[in-house]
Amino acid sequence: MKIILILGAGTAGTMMANHLNRKIDRKNWEITIIDEHQTHYYQPGFLFMPFGTYTEKDVIRNKSDFIPKKVNYIQEKIEKIEPEQNKVSLKNGEVIDYHILIIATGTKIAPDEIDGMADENVWHKDVFDFYTIEGAKALHNRFKNLNEGKVVINIAEMPIKCPVAPLEFAFLADAYFTKKGVRDNIDLTYVTPLSGAFTKQNCSNVLGHLLGEKNIKIVPDFNIEEVKGTEKKIVSYDDKEIDYDVLVSIPTNMGDDLIDNSDMGDELNFVPTDKNTLQSKNYENIFIIGDATDLPSSKAGSVAHFQADILKENVMNFINNKPLHPDFDGHANCFIESGFGKAFLIDFNYDVEPVEGKFPFPVIGPMSLLKESRLNHFGKMAFKFIYWNILLRGLPMPGIPTQMKTWGKKL
Amino acid sequence: MAEKTYAGVTVNVNDEGYFEDNKQWTKEMAAEIAKEMDIELTEEHNKVLDFLRSDFEEKGAIPSMRRMKKAGDIPTKDFYRLFPDGPLKKSCKIAGLPKPASCV
Repeated sequence: MKIILILGAGTAGTMMANHLNRKIDRKNWEITIIDEHQTHYYQPGFLFMPFGTYTEKDVIRNKSDFIPKKVNYIQEKIEKIEPEQNKVSLKNGEVIDYHILIIATGTKIAPDEIDGMADENVWHKDVFDFYTIEGAKALHNRFKNLNEGKVVINIAEMPIKCPVAPLEFAFLADAYFTKKGVRDNIDLTYVTPLSGAFTKQNCSNVLGHLLGEKNIKIVPDFNIEEVKGTEKKIVSYDDKEIDYDVLVSIPTNMGDDLIDNSDMGDELNFVPTDKNTLQSKNYENIFIIGDATDLPSSKAGSVAHFQADILKENVMNFINNKPLHPDFDGHANCFIESGFGKAFLIDFNYDVEPVEGKFPFPVIGPMSLLKESRLNHFGKMAFKFIYWNILLRGLPMPGIPTQMKTWGKKL
Repeated sequence: MAEKTYAGVTVNVNDEGYFEDNKQWTKEMAAEIAKEMDIELTEEHNKVLDFLRSDFEEKGAIPSMRRMKKAGDIPTKDFYRLFPDGPLKKSCKIAGLPKPASCV
């Protein structure tokens, strides 16, 4: 019996388990998936929790609910991958020999990478994240009673998963405090290491006015070196300082410690991956999917979904000694909440930046690209249902192309 | 989109002066681009530019600030000293590479 071993039962790992479960020849192959945690979080929902739109129950399910019965599901911490020996060892001492390995171990925030951020008097006291359930809940409690002061949103360094989320947060915060009637007493500042909130010319042209309109200040080119918790300020490498009352941080994002323990990643624990086939650059029987890769594509759920469509074929190609198809084009499709019941939609890939147009079909859409609309917001909210019931189970989404289409786009 | 001439060769640059096609860049052009930013290139600068070009070639993306430090062996304080006030975007422009960007 040959084993396909999937490490990580998050979005990407779960999709692969479902896809491959339908494709493999069960006489010769079986699938095992391992994850140390029991809970599957709908991460796009964390954005809405600080503002009270979602609560815990909207974003929590059991991982096991989404793993097919014929797939062996092990809940245990993974200690080390030994790619030369084709084996993976678990915390409980178990060792699993694999024939094909799929790394889907994701990305997580690492606040301790920024001096002073993880300090116990600082973290989740005045400095919060919304990339974890704990952070999102703590931020909700803080915002509930916040009627004045400086709220600073800071991206520590790139890359981050869900690169538009900090911007969405700023827009939603503007709407939240406006509805509370205290917006005039809240100072919202967006601090980024990039040269602007929008770095793509087209996006900047179309959306750039939004920040000024919503009275959100921007501080670009800010590379944070430390958080001075007692003084409530952040300091950059070139000694610029920004005061805060509440700091909403998107800390350094890194791949799982497992990748570091196995000596298989780069300086951020991301695994070197072929950008079109998703095969490991170093081991032919290892594939990587989702946030765990070092690919220049965005780290996002939609990207993992499109990657899964391609990877399921390439795993089968590998099994059948056929050439791999270099089909992944970096396609990403993401909603951007802009507040007050509206959202944008962007659709892009490695080569084509977000442009205006209609999605998924030219003219009829119905979604509008790079345009604020209520339908786009509805789409974002409806996505929760699609995620739990269709996407995670690897079911098809008719009309949504795996590779980005140029039709309907104003290029 | 616009055209500029560096080292006697005409190249295509975008509205912010970054090369549209990084393959049009040659080492000889670097000094002229740097001069526009009042930066005079030294061996130390060139070490940074070499790393940027080779890493971009390998990874298909501009290295992060952290990667400059860890993989490029260029301490952050030094990076700021060599290319003040926005070191990554300045050095990328001089190296004929795209501006460090996100998806939007």
